[in-house]
Amino acid sequence: MESEQPAESYTVEELVAVNPYNPDILSDLEGFVNDQVSNQTYNLDANLSLLRLYQFEPERLSVQIVSRILIKALMAMPGPDFSLCLFLIPEQVQMEEQFKTLIVLSHYLETARFRQFWDEASKNRSILDVVPGFEQAIQMYAIHVLSLTYQKVPRPVLAEAINIEGLALDKFLEYHVANSGWVIEKGAHSHIIVLSRNEFNHPELKKNTAETVPFEHVTRIFPVLS
Amino acid sequence: MASSAASFYRDRDEPAAPSSGASYDPTYVPDSVKTFVSHLYRHIRERNVYETHQMYEGGFHRLSDRHFRDIPWPPAEAVAPHCDGDHVFLLLYRELWFRHAHARVPGLSPAHRAESWDNYCSLFGLILKGVLNMQLPNQWLWDMVDEFVYQFQSFCQYRAKLKNKTQEEINLLKQYDEAWSVYGVLNYLKALVDKSMIGEILEREKEGLEQFTATDGYDYEGGSNVLKMLGYYSMIGLLRVHCLLGDYHTGLKCLAPIDISQQGVYTTVIGSHVSTIYHYGFANLMLRRYADGIREFNKILSYILKYKQFHQNSPQYDQLLKKNEQMYAILAICLSLCPQDKLMDETVNTQLKEKYGDKMTKMHRYDDEAYAIYDELFSYACPKFITAAPPVLKEPFTNYNQDAYRLQLKLFLYEVKQQQLLSGIRSYLKLYSKITIGKLAKYMDVDEVTLRTILMTYKHKMHSVDSDGKVISSADFDFYIDEDIIHVIESKLTKNHGDYFLRQILKFEEMINHLDKVQFD
Repeated sequence: MESEQPAESYTVEELVAVNPYNPDILSDLEGFVNDQVSNQTYNLDANLSLLRLYQFEPERLSVQIVSRILIKALMAMPGPDFSLCLFLIPEQVQMEEQFKTLIVLSHYLETARFRQFWDEASKNRSILDVVPGFEQAIQMYAIHVLSLTYQKVPRPVLAEAINIEGLALDKFLEYHVANSGWVIEKGAHSHIIVLSRNEFNHPELKKNTAETVPFEHVTRIFPVLS
Repeated sequence: MASSAASFYRDRDEPAAPSSGASYDPTYVPDSVKTFVSHLYRHIRERNVYETHQMYEGGFHRLSDRHFRDIPWPPAEAVAPHCDGDHVFLLLYRELWFRHAHARVPGLSPAHRAESWDNYCSLFGLILKGVLNMQLPNQWLWDMVDEFVYQFQSFCQYRAKLKNKTQEEINLLKQYDEAWSVYGVLNYLKALVDKSMIGEILEREKEGLEQFTATDGYDYEGGSNVLKMLGYYSMIGLLRVHCLLGDYHTGLKCLAPIDISQQGVYTTVIGSHVSTIYHYGFANLMLRRYADGIREFNKILSYILKYKQFHQNSPQYDQLLKKNEQMYAILAICLSLCPQDKLMDETVNTQLKEKYGDKMTKMHRYDDEAYAIYDELFSYACPKFITAAPPVLKEPFTNYNQDAYRLQLKLFLYEVKQQQLLSGIRSYLKLYSKITIGKLAKYMDVDEVTLRTILMTYKHKMHSVDSDGKVISSADFDFYIDEDIIHVIESKLTKNHGDYFLRQILKFEEMINHLDKVQFD
């Protein structure tokens, strides 16, 4: 199967859509991973395509590139991207120290063990600092999980989850009060933060879909109505 | 082709048991086969899809059972005189030949498998030119794609078992290293999808600009359905290959143009229906979208319960039953990780309890026995994962055909372990409408900090994010926390009034019609 134009004249996204099963685009995809890192963008499909090509050409696998893909995938939480990537990486390769660390970090995040996560992350800055925006992305994930769970969260719980304390935390809260509708109240033991309302922490906001009848079912009685 | 048939006969070291009087002569063609070939050829030329289907489904299997139980059909050269030596027909015949050989004939060598690959290349290459004018039954076209993927999977499994191969087999593998390359397989399937423009056809159909489902893909204006239908079925083929490689996300993307929430062309051939839903459901299991998987499994298992008796005589019946059992196993796993009583049909639920009731109770305990059962069910029901990279044909020769499966199993069990504490939450919180973190922590024998992480884990695992970033809840039961009080959300037993009224309306209408017919003397 030959491509009709040289690879350079397509963007990487186009390559992935049009001609993904092609070992010739492997280096383009690697370059694209580095682009995502420096530009703070993300493209799961392209990264999965690259991991797939590494499966087919194991000698060309670059540990450094895979590490970046995995970190980017962690940053995409709560999406399952990290697992999706692991499914494509041979068990032998997952034994690399770097990857073992990332798997442990993923485990902590999946089980909401934020304190352990930040502890472990601080011991591995050399791996993680390679990808700008990592901290912020994980903090966003933490807030996402907190928002699913809490209407009102105690300040220490929030602080531990996003790894910010003291004055920096005050500034952080100020920002979200102004932009995300958070409210700070006095609670029984500490300040509590009222998080933004959604259907998961405020059940009354949930649309009750059980009462809606699908249209196809109603069509059954059309003969009767006429 | 003659060479492989001849070498097959030459290499057999068991004494030939004559089957219905035929000796092992590659030039011998029983009369019934001569008739079969010439009639099949004529029906195809006359675009008589019905007759073609009868011969393809019925005739081919009857003759296989009678004359070719465990030996190959006569080679293409031997039957060529009975079909005018038609090039295209012989490609189709060879496809059947290899399919039969893969299924019934023991001891296929790499040479045979490579020749089958070559045949597919020729056949698909021809079809991709878009100049074919024939109409073939959808069953045949589905089987072609299904078999193509199956032979690829089979070859990957075969060449990954290097330990007990003879030097001759290793040499053959070296010689035929181009056959069944994963790039070739994926690119042919993609080419069929692209060239057939099936994506655009389905889009236009949604807007009412094209007929496709209404004609079951057949062309009643003198054109051909072959490329179109192969393109359609190749979407399912791609889903399957990607699942075999462990790439569930891309697999589902390949299937996306087909709307599985309703009937479609994929449901008219039972094999394609089952394969689609099986792989869709399995991919969703691995993507942690349990509710989506449960919903679709429930639909198809209910369908199979009602209609399987009509397929008893079909050659695909055994496969159908096997997939049925596997889907019950995956359903049991999904429901253990994500209890969802509301999504299940009564009939399916009963069957499920019969088959896996015990095991599902044990899986909830999350002890060692539970993990063993998760392992058992997963291993029974999962696809035959493959390692796509070609083997390194040097010492030491090991068997690595299980590597891909072991990885998927390991990652799956890892996920199960992460959800270990969630069933504890469910059983406790069901008893309360409100409880403090402190009290619940004491009952569950954990500290408060740990309890908070468990509660957040539940929320995270039960709320998946779809490709548009929308959060979808699979939670059967829910709560929220107010500082340090957990409020359990009452799940009202919602009676589906709408459906109830619809049913009653139809029932009474029927009754009234009955009464109207009663005549009084």
